[in-house]
Amino acid sequence: MHKLEALPALRPSASVRPLKDDKLRAPSPLTRIVLSGLVLGYLGLVLLGPLSALLVEIAEIGFGVALSKLVDTTALLALKNSILLLLITMVVNGVVGALGGIVLVRHRFPGRALVSALCDLPLAVSPVMIGLSFLLLIGKGGVLSPLLEAINIKLVFTFWGLVLGTLFVTLPYSIREVSYVLEELGTDEEEAATTLGASPWQTFWKVTLPNIRIALGYGVLMAMARSLGEFGAVLVLGGSISGQTQTATTFIHDSIEERNLDAAYGMSLLLAVFSSGLLFILERLKKRQAKTQKRAHGPSKQTA
Amino acid sequence: MSIRVEHLRKRFGSFQAVDDVSFEVESGSLVALLGPSGSGKSTILRILAGLESPDSGSVWFDGEEATHVHARSRAIGFVFQHYALFRHLTVAENVGFGLLVRNVDPKTRAERTEQLLELVGLGGLGGRYPSQLSGGQRQRVALARALAPEPRLLLLDEPFGAVDAKVREELRQWLRRLHDEVGVTSIFVTHDQDEAFSVSDRVLIINHGKLEQSGTPAEILDEPRTEFVARFVGDVNVFTAQMDKGIAKVGALQTPAQSGPSDGQVQLVVRSYDLKFFREDPGVATVERVVPLGDRVRVHATLDGAGSLVAQFPRRSSLLRGIEAGARIQVEVTYARTYPLESGRNSAP
Repeated sequence: MHKLEALPALRPSASVRPLKDDKLRAPSPLTRIVLSGLVLGYLGLVLLGPLSALLVEIAEIGFGVALSKLVDTTALLALKNSILLLLITMVVNGVVGALGGIVLVRHRFPGRALVSALCDLPLAVSPVMIGLSFLLLIGKGGVLSPLLEAINIKLVFTFWGLVLGTLFVTLPYSIREVSYVLEELGTDEEEAATTLGASPWQTFWKVTLPNIRIALGYGVLMAMARSLGEFGAVLVLGGSISGQTQTATTFIHDSIEERNLDAAYGMSLLLAVFSSGLLFILERLKKRQAKTQKRAHGPSKQTA
Repeated sequence: MSIRVEHLRKRFGSFQAVDDVSFEVESGSLVALLGPSGSGKSTILRILAGLESPDSGSVWFDGEEATHVHARSRAIGFVFQHYALFRHLTVAENVGFGLLVRNVDPKTRAERTEQLLELVGLGGLGGRYPSQLSGGQRQRVALARALAPEPRLLLLDEPFGAVDAKVREELRQWLRRLHDEVGVTSIFVTHDQDEAFSVSDRVLIINHGKLEQSGTPAEILDEPRTEFVARFVGDVNVFTAQMDKGIAKVGALQTPAQSGPSDGQVQLVVRSYDLKFFREDPGVATVERVVPLGDRVRVHATLDGAGSLVAQFPRRSSLLRGIEAGARIQVEVTYARTYPLESGRNSAP
């Protein structure tokens, strides 16, 4: 960041004739209105429209009525599954993000570039397809199914199937965030810690982790938000068995199918509240991040 | 701590960074590793610190082999070029880090930290974060941090590279005084010859991963052993000359030379301040330009049959009398060295 600031400001050289001045000025009021109208209209159409329509609809039925439909064993179980998945995502991506980022950025091993590229795979391929591939691997007649049967583990159409699908689709977020920050930090501080006598463990806890913790938190929160909304992979791998492997999203889907719209609205409302909560924390972290970056690179302040 | 390095080699891919380097450093001395960028001097420093391991060769500290000792067990202080301060810790926490990881009790730690901050002239700034300090102050924090665990050896990688010219000069003098006060054996890497010569007891000149010469600043300035060293440590003129019984002939100029082969073709190296010009017609050269440079004046001339020649004189020198563009001059060489003609290896910096 501060590297950019070190570049000299571009100055028009005398030998270059300036462009026609008025072309460089801010766009005319008309252009501005049209441009911002387009952008706002688009955002409204894809973001605010559906959300407010949902809220209006729920308001018409009454928030209490919608939510009361959730006081029901299947709905509560679906909710419980989603919350458990959220917590598992948090813990696993917290650990995998930190360790995976460090291994991918700091360690040198053959095939590193390939592994790094593969980490982004879940972002690119459809979760339904992922679910299907997992079925081929661990489902009935799958390559690994004899092994799983031998040790008596059932994954497909159980809670662990949901976990598998969710962890797959949330894999990239924290690893990516941490990797970017580690690349940018370089190895100087870690090497300094080593020459000062710190063990690898001490270096990790006292130097590396404090430097990546905000990126890690950010990545984990993104993964959590993603886990909450995941539908395809958990549908294929969990089967959305009512009262067993339903999650909040598959519950909404099934409720719509069964024309139980009030329950679908209630669950949607709840999900929206959770997601807003996560977004709120993400925004807070972004501000923290900006602040620490200012602390790391910013101008000298004369406060003691 | 005394240091001995034997036949050190290190290769990065196809690049030979360090090529059969051996040297010794006396306990308590301040030594400069001087060379152009990419010459392998930083790699040598990192091998001494244990941050890189050599492909072959050995490192000995006080007569004990340390080649395979882990960086954290070497008891070495390392000052990084860009400070590498821990940005999330305060100045005091940075300085105390080496004591903290060694489980030194908090009271001793605080005392030692305060003492070191005083030593580097930053007393009272312990509560600040590195970003709240100037470049020179950060550099001193980095030094205090490296000194806190009482290292046996202090290594500094381009310690003044990232601060501006004025601060750099102050820091140099300050480093020399600090070294004399603390007395810890120190090695620093620099590409700046003024820095190497003004601060250190001994200078090791590195080029293309090889040690070209080691010696006191005076030895290296007076008797550069290779053409590379001669070129690197001063503003020089280099000619291909014909030697005849100890007399070098370059175009119209003839001069005795102090070293090297006495017959055949040689490389003649004359420093710009080892020349005298006298106005004389016909003479052997023509003055092209006279350039004032503060306390000195640089004179560009063309030597008949040999090309351009550069000399420097003190601003008010009597030698400058009558020296002006277009004047014919006689040239006297007060000191010159010759080196065997070698193609390729001793390229100019």
